[in-house]
Amino acid sequence: MFTRRLLMAIAVSAVFAGSAFAQDKSILVASTTSTQDSGLFGHLLPMFKAKTGIDVKVVAQGTGQAIDTGRRGDADVLFVHAKAAEEKFLSEGFGVKRYPVMYNDFVLVGPKSDPAGIKGSKDIVAAFKALKEKGIDFISRGDKSGTHQAELNLWKVAGIDIATDKGPWYKEIGQGMGAALNTAAASNAYVLTDRATWLSFKNKGDLVIEVEGDKRLFNQYGVMLVNPAKHPNVKKEFGQQFIDWLVSTEGQKAIADFKINGEQLFYPNASDPGA
Amino acid sequence: MRAPTSDLPIRFENVTVAAGAVTILDGISLTLNPGTPTILIGPNGSGKSTLLRTAMGLVRPSQGRVTWGGREDVPPTRRAIVLQRPAMLRRSASANIRYALRASDVARTEQQSRIDELLALVGLGQLADRPARRLSGGEQQRLALARALARDPAILFLDEPTASLDPAATKAIEDIVHAVSQRGIKIVMATHDLGEARRLAGDIVMLHRGRVIETGPAAAFFNTPQTGEARTFIAGELLV
Amino acid sequence: MPGDVSALQLVLTGDPALLAIVRLSLIVSLSAVVLAALIGIPFGAALALIQFPGRQAVIVVLNALMGLPPVVVGLAVFLALSRAGPLGSWGLLFTPKAMIIAQTVLVAPIIAALTRQTIEDLWLEYRDELTAMNVGPVGRVATLIWDARFSLVTALLAGFGRAAAEVGAIIIVGGNIDGFTRTMTTAIALETSKGDLPLAVGLGMVLIVIVIAVNALAWTARRAGERMAG
Repeated sequence: MFTRRLLMAIAVSAVFAGSAFAQDKSILVASTTSTQDSGLFGHLLPMFKAKTGIDVKVVAQGTGQAIDTGRRGDADVLFVHAKAAEEKFLSEGFGVKRYPVMYNDFVLVGPKSDPAGIKGSKDIVAAFKALKEKGIDFISRGDKSGTHQAELNLWKVAGIDIATDKGPWYKEIGQGMGAALNTAAASNAYVLTDRATWLSFKNKGDLVIEVEGDKRLFNQYGVMLVNPAKHPNVKKEFGQQFIDWLVSTEGQKAIADFKINGEQLFYPNASDPGA
Repeated sequence: MRAPTSDLPIRFENVTVAAGAVTILDGISLTLNPGTPTILIGPNGSGKSTLLRTAMGLVRPSQGRVTWGGREDVPPTRRAIVLQRPAMLRRSASANIRYALRASDVARTEQQSRIDELLALVGLGQLADRPARRLSGGEQQRLALARALARDPAILFLDEPTASLDPAATKAIEDIVHAVSQRGIKIVMATHDLGEARRLAGDIVMLHRGRVIETGPAAAFFNTPQTGEARTFIAGELLV
Repeated sequence: MPGDVSALQLVLTGDPALLAIVRLSLIVSLSAVVLAALIGIPFGAALALIQFPGRQAVIVVLNALMGLPPVVVGLAVFLALSRAGPLGSWGLLFTPKAMIIAQTVLVAPIIAALTRQTIEDLWLEYRDELTAMNVGPVGRVATLIWDARFSLVTALLAGFGRAAAEVGAIIIVGGNIDGFTRTMTTAIALETSKGDLPLAVGLGMVLIVIVIAVNALAWTARRAGERMAG
């Protein structure tokens, strides 16, 4: 029974090219690992599907790669968190309009022993300076993701040119948030992470939150439709429906309702035009 | 079914076969005529196998030429060969014969009766469904013989088909060869067993170091050999 | 080890999401092996039988391609299938078909190279007999492939093992989309990145069991076939 179905499936998949999957009512969203890994999409998408019948397929990538996916026309909607890169994407004509959706925040995590002596501080810039001065091991995503760009920006604010000032203590791994956390846990290093990924991460080891609550750690998410004028294959109606729902009262409430261990992870702020 | 023209006589005209620097056949001129079996004798390495393979068309002469019924480059539709170590196709005994029948364009409806007939001829009727590679050495030789006969050849080459077989298996092969010859199929067979040569031969061709030393009817060859090499070989002494 | 238990539980209770992942993994890798066989076996057989200038170079390159890094194949297929790429209009990126294409590219050289070796060895054994039986080139190839079929099963299994184990190519061209392009290996990569190592290990064990089961099935079929055909 199973075998026959399998053979059928193989035959079908081998014979037909293209059409079968493309016709259904679905959109492809390029997003970030934080939204996917935290489980936010698992929470939101069933609600959206129940309301509209639209299937949302999420490709979770670093923000840099997600924006490139949009630029190539391989996604219908971008849902990312790197405002400057998003605005550049818009100005190049690849996106239609950017809608702020929500924010969460970054936290600096590190070993319980806290060799940098920064635990409990609310000043992320001072903490970064301490890491650099003491040469304490730090894991950088190094993958052009939104988190990586936020980290680079914090070094800049701290007056450190990380490209030239980095030493052996600064380790760029070129991988996702989870891999960075796994690496930090295994090597007792500090790492900057979004709170959502941190809360849902299950291999914390000795890591604890060292610095949180600094306004400079806020992490704004935006959503954009890929410009159908550049890429005619973009499913603009379904894509726009998804965006409209995210910024609607209903969508915003759904975001606020998403909790891990009773803790809210994302704070809706679609009504804040400056976000 | 038989082609209108015959592959016989097969004529070697000053044929040399070389493999790199080694000369295996050295300027051979020879005619193989229809009729009684021609037996190639000579010590190991004298060129018997290469001569058979050249006559079959498996080996191209480096110099000289071979003609079949006066023509060159005749495809082996009327010739068949049983190699010294025949390769068994990875199929049953009957499927090996079916393969040869199909390669000879025998009609599908005739195939099964021909298979039964050929397997019976070589005494393998009971082993039709046995994988060919599981047969004993003697059984494989007989299957190779049946497979060669399936091609309905006018001429059949055999390369030491009884080497390393016990007397009973040897007799089985010789009986088949004798019967085949009686049906008018020209036999050309290599052997280094003089007793076998005496039992089967019409004509003898003796080779030594890639040259034809002596040819003639078997009785004359064995009774009054003309050359020293032939006398030495017949006497059972080492010919070096 | 709660994750460990839950992976096992998911399997034992026939969790539909997990079964869908297993099914997609099998469909993608088996389809890729079938397509790669349709390409690789005739190509390998032709390479074994046809002499031409540069043949040795082709064999060396083909053998080297057996070790193609999946991530490079993934990238190449990604660039080809992207909307901005030459085959973008097919709309295949981030679909199971893209994954099948990538794995086909990955596996075809393995099957072709192993076929070439197998057929060449068998050809040495059969050459005189087939020539003596006046079998033409097409008949030769067909005979050699048929008679080498049990050895070729091993080549297909090597290809399947490679396809089922790789993550680098399919995660790039498939996108690891939940319920659509998520396979065993991409799920393992995801669970690892989420820090759920026990679940990742559990899924890994499921994958190993599946690969062993497929191999055992093929091995049994091969033994049975050999017993019948020799």
